[in-house]
Amino acid sequence: MNERRNLWRTFKNNKTGVVGAVMALVVLLTAVFAFLISPYDPLDQDVFHRLTPPERSHPLGTDEYGRDVLSRIIWGTQISLTVGFISVLLGMIMGTAMGVVAGYRGGWTDTLIMRMVDVMLSFPTLITGIMVAAILGSGLVKLIITIGIVFAPRFVRMAYGPTLAVKELEYVSSAKVIGASSFRIIIRHILPNIFGEIIVAGTLWMGTAIMIEASLSFLGLGVSPPTPTWGNMIKSGMDVLSNAPWLSLFPGLSILITILAFNMIGDSLRDIADPKLRA
Amino acid sequence: MIKYAIRRILISIPILLTVVTLIFFLVRSMPGGPAVAMLGDYASKEAVEALEKEMGLDIPIQQQYLVFLKSLSRGDLGKSLITGMPIAPQVARVLPYTLELTISSALFGVFFGIPLGVFTALRRNRMFDYIGRTFSLAGISLPSFFLGILMMLIFSVKLDLFPVVGGGDIHDLAGSLHHLFLPGLTLGLMMTAYITRTTRSSVLNVLREDYVRTARAKGLRERIVIYGHTLRNALLPVVSFVGVYTIVLIGSSVLVEIVFSRPGLGKMMVGAIGQRDYMTLQSVMVVYASWVVIINLLTDLSYGLIDPRIRYD
Repeated sequence: MNERRNLWRTFKNNKTGVVGAVMALVVLLTAVFAFLISPYDPLDQDVFHRLTPPERSHPLGTDEYGRDVLSRIIWGTQISLTVGFISVLLGMIMGTAMGVVAGYRGGWTDTLIMRMVDVMLSFPTLITGIMVAAILGSGLVKLIITIGIVFAPRFVRMAYGPTLAVKELEYVSSAKVIGASSFRIIIRHILPNIFGEIIVAGTLWMGTAIMIEASLSFLGLGVSPPTPTWGNMIKSGMDVLSNAPWLSLFPGLSILITILAFNMIGDSLRDIADPKLRA
Repeated sequence: MIKYAIRRILISIPILLTVVTLIFFLVRSMPGGPAVAMLGDYASKEAVEALEKEMGLDIPIQQQYLVFLKSLSRGDLGKSLITGMPIAPQVARVLPYTLELTISSALFGVFFGIPLGVFTALRRNRMFDYIGRTFSLAGISLPSFFLGILMMLIFSVKLDLFPVVGGGDIHDLAGSLHHLFLPGLTLGLMMTAYITRTTRSSVLNVLREDYVRTARAKGLRERIVIYGHTLRNALLPVVSFVGVYTIVLIGSSVLVEIVFSRPGLGKMMVGAIGQRDYMTLQSVMVVYASWVVIINLLTDLSYGLIDPRIRYD
């Protein structure tokens, strides 16, 4: 308990981390309360007010169909966070399962899974994402699956090493001796050992997942219009960039703020985890 | 070193083969197969069969795979499903643009990122360090396509200094540099941000080592401690990170090519997806894969060259 309080105090004194956490909280609250704070319906068109620059009734302007940009960004927050969260969770479940199995079983299962992971990790994440998205097709659910697949190898690698180490420990052999099944050993003795690290990494990778979601949507491979996402808003804003730069600027700033928040939390956690850096 | 190099080059071959195989089977695992994916769910059976025949999909998959490998080894990437033209010459036409973009921005990042990383580390927690850290944190948090759009708004739309779109003629040096500037700067700044961060933390790590304390304790001048003892060791891991980040850069180059409508592999790939031209998609992926394998190979070789310990593993 005392140690936990110490950690909390260290985190509190880390300005980067606190600012990042506050920013992430604001983004999260925006997503949760989108229905309350959004001034307009994000899909409502208003042909008389197309491409209005930012003004009092539309603080961030309107787009080519007269839809309110602020409202679309607020609802887009919901999609970005949902995709980021569920896809990383999916990747975490798939990847951890494969990593634990590869480490625990060894042999050709190990070789097959780990060679595939090596290959996938050596590839640019975005290009893997584009390839998978091209094959699966577009849409919210397929986008989540795509990003989940892209993230799985990272979790495989994270789960694999510790599994190899834990497998050799005495209490695992003892469990085997008294007749525990492989499934039980994995669930009761191996997973709890590697879970903390994986959850932390997963939280931080949400920023990357959101970046990939935005990139795929920007390329037209993610959620398709009229549903607002930050990426597809920037994409459609590109056509009128010189006349109505606000269409691309504000969704882009939203992405920047969100990813910045995750990176700031990540940086401060790294500083805290490495006591040598604190001095 | 030569033995290490030969071994490392030989390892690349099965890696490349695995990737290429993966790409081949991924493209064929599309729902209904590539022909249906291209023609749509409502295409007549005859049309699908005719296209499958044209694509060489009517023979057993093992045979297709062998045919695919055989033509790859001859440098033949097949024919586009849309234009019917061979793909290899098209790749050869756009590849220089992508190479020029990624190589110049990688060099830009190394050139500015390493000194910046070293200086911020040496002036830790002072003004310069805060500015450098803020800059690099922003750099890794900005999506490359958004940074590209910002560049375009500032330099092309407002200041009218650089062309908004295109890649220029690759044989015209001044023209292509003019076209390269903004996309190159976009990716170059990102790369600078990544390298600054890595270099800074690597230098900070080495500064805490016992041998640095020893060097200081025995009264060596600070310059010798920094240049002789710290930097040489601190820059070793940076080399392998330059390789990793160059690969990230290749991914981002797809987005930047789209933003600036620059010819290149990324634009070709996205265009192929839009037209459901799966042969072109497959070929572009193979080219990317070979490129990634080559960069990984070069990274490992240069690492082996500067760090003798690697060669004996």
